[in-house]
Amino acid sequence: MKDDIQKDASSTQTYTLNFGPQHPAAHGVLRLILEMDGEVVERADPHIGLLHRGTEKLIEYKTYLQAIPYFDRLDYVSPMSQEHAFALAVEKLLELDIPLRAKYIRVLFCEITRILNHLLNITTMAIDVGAMTPLLWGFEEREILMGFYERVSGARMHANYFRPGGVHKDLPPGLTEDIAAFATRFPQVIDDIEKMLTENRIFKQRTVNIGVVSAEQALDWGFSGPMLRASNVAWDLRRNQPYEVYEHMDFLIPVGKNGDCYDRYLVRMEEMRQSVRIIKQCLEQMPEGPIKVKDYKVVPPPRAEMKKSMEALIHHFKLFTEGYHVPKGETYTAVEAPKGEFGVYLVSDGSNKPYRCKIRAPSFAFLQAFDLMVKGHMLADVPSIIGSLDIVFGEIDR
Amino acid sequence: MGAPRTLEDLGRLIAEEIGTDVLSWSIEHDELIMITERFSIIRILTYLRDSEALQFAQLIDVCGVDYLGRDPRFDVVYHLLSLVYNQRLRLKVQVDEGMPVPSVTSVYSSANWWEREVFDLFGIPFEDHPDLRRILTDYGFEGHPLRKDFPLTGYVEVRYDELEKRVIYEPVKLPQAFRTFDFESPWEGMEIAGRALISKEAKS
Repeated sequence: MKDDIQKDASSTQTYTLNFGPQHPAAHGVLRLILEMDGEVVERADPHIGLLHRGTEKLIEYKTYLQAIPYFDRLDYVSPMSQEHAFALAVEKLLELDIPLRAKYIRVLFCEITRILNHLLNITTMAIDVGAMTPLLWGFEEREILMGFYERVSGARMHANYFRPGGVHKDLPPGLTEDIAAFATRFPQVIDDIEKMLTENRIFKQRTVNIGVVSAEQALDWGFSGPMLRASNVAWDLRRNQPYEVYEHMDFLIPVGKNGDCYDRYLVRMEEMRQSVRIIKQCLEQMPEGPIKVKDYKVVPPPRAEMKKSMEALIHHFKLFTEGYHVPKGETYTAVEAPKGEFGVYLVSDGSNKPYRCKIRAPSFAFLQAFDLMVKGHMLADVPSIIGSLDIVFGEIDR
Repeated sequence: MGAPRTLEDLGRLIAEEIGTDVLSWSIEHDELIMITERFSIIRILTYLRDSEALQFAQLIDVCGVDYLGRDPRFDVVYHLLSLVYNQRLRLKVQVDEGMPVPSVTSVYSSANWWEREVFDLFGIPFEDHPDLRRILTDYGFEGHPLRKDFPLTGYVEVRYDELEKRVIYEPVKLPQAFRTFDFESPWEGMEIAGRALISKEAKS
């Protein structure tokens, strides 16, 4: 950490401290300008944009199909949830209804993504406050989950699997059994991590009553997801504005009481358990059938058909050169991504490329309220608050 | 509860309550869209937030859209969410280049960074904003990248200069000229060209 501490330590003047952008506890390229009074933070000014890649601009120059990989690279610890928001938005404009099996596959992988995200967040937050073991245990499980990603899409992280009109490929043989085996085994891992942290004296000292956000503040600052629920607002888009097959799923929505770092940790822990429940239900209820719509103007025809049908060949060629045209219109479609409400405001002018694609990232709102949370806390609390925010710079900077 | 049930009811209720400041409203893909007067945006948002029958407690997002060639050129879009009634609302105000929009940070704290982002990427100034700095682009960046007349490749590129021992900015050099492929099939292309012709005739 590079700091510009003024030499005269006896004066009561505040000084500024530069935190990051290359700091391991900053969870990415966050640069904080902290105004300090001794060890107490008076004011924090986060500087963002160090990972700005112009995703929204690039999407305006790509066809709808080519835009999906950009969504993997926003919040790179929960890729599929973001593809999901974009796929839903395009489907809304195209007025497509996807087959039931595709919906189940999407929900299944969204919940796998949720576990993937929460495992990373909880364990890295733990390492920020001094507990190393959960990270080692958690990342082992993440590796297994990324294995599922790879088997279904071919890539461990940047899956490009959810496409407008369904999903890219059906589940390979044996995958459902392996996911089921994971789902029965995984709660034990959550228990183990919980044993290390929940009643841990040091962990509690570092998180309880740190970074408290009241329900009113959470609403005012546009919070969503676990951050909002930890402040005792029972709001979950999966329950309140259900999409895909979430209305058939039986799951609980954990809420916190105090809105501090500890509650946010507890909410995420419980959400992982609920995700396991949803995964099990998905595997039980998943029907056989097609995994994408039959409209070859939107999804490519099967390879076998292309060998004998001229029509199919033309469709394939047109799809991968020109893409498909989306009717003129606009929509704001949001999903409950692991971090919170991830929304896509898509404006189409009737051509094959989006006219405007605004990405509403949940952690953008969280980091914005960082000053509010950190004010009056010690410098040592900064990492635990950043950890509990669950921020990823891919989606903040876009 | 005397709560608005459908989006039509909601739209009618708000339009009646706010009056002439609502220029038009419509429902598209089950989403309520309202175009309002720019100057009264603070009053409208305060009403939407505090009204017992609406309770739009959250400002979800603020963003800009550039409709190059339209007059006025830009849309500033506000997305609101009412958790109590489980309804969403999209408010739009239209502004031309250089015209300021009143900042709504006094109504919703979350507007702060989103307005900074709109300012940064579109160059729309916000009046009475507490801290209107650039947010996503580089320190000292010039131009507003999400405008439609801003090139995708930008104007400058950066590299580390070995001789000067610092990062330097240079005009962007493309080894190959920027290409946009036009895959529109000739038939549909004709249709688009035809439409452009018709609209041109209609204008003149």
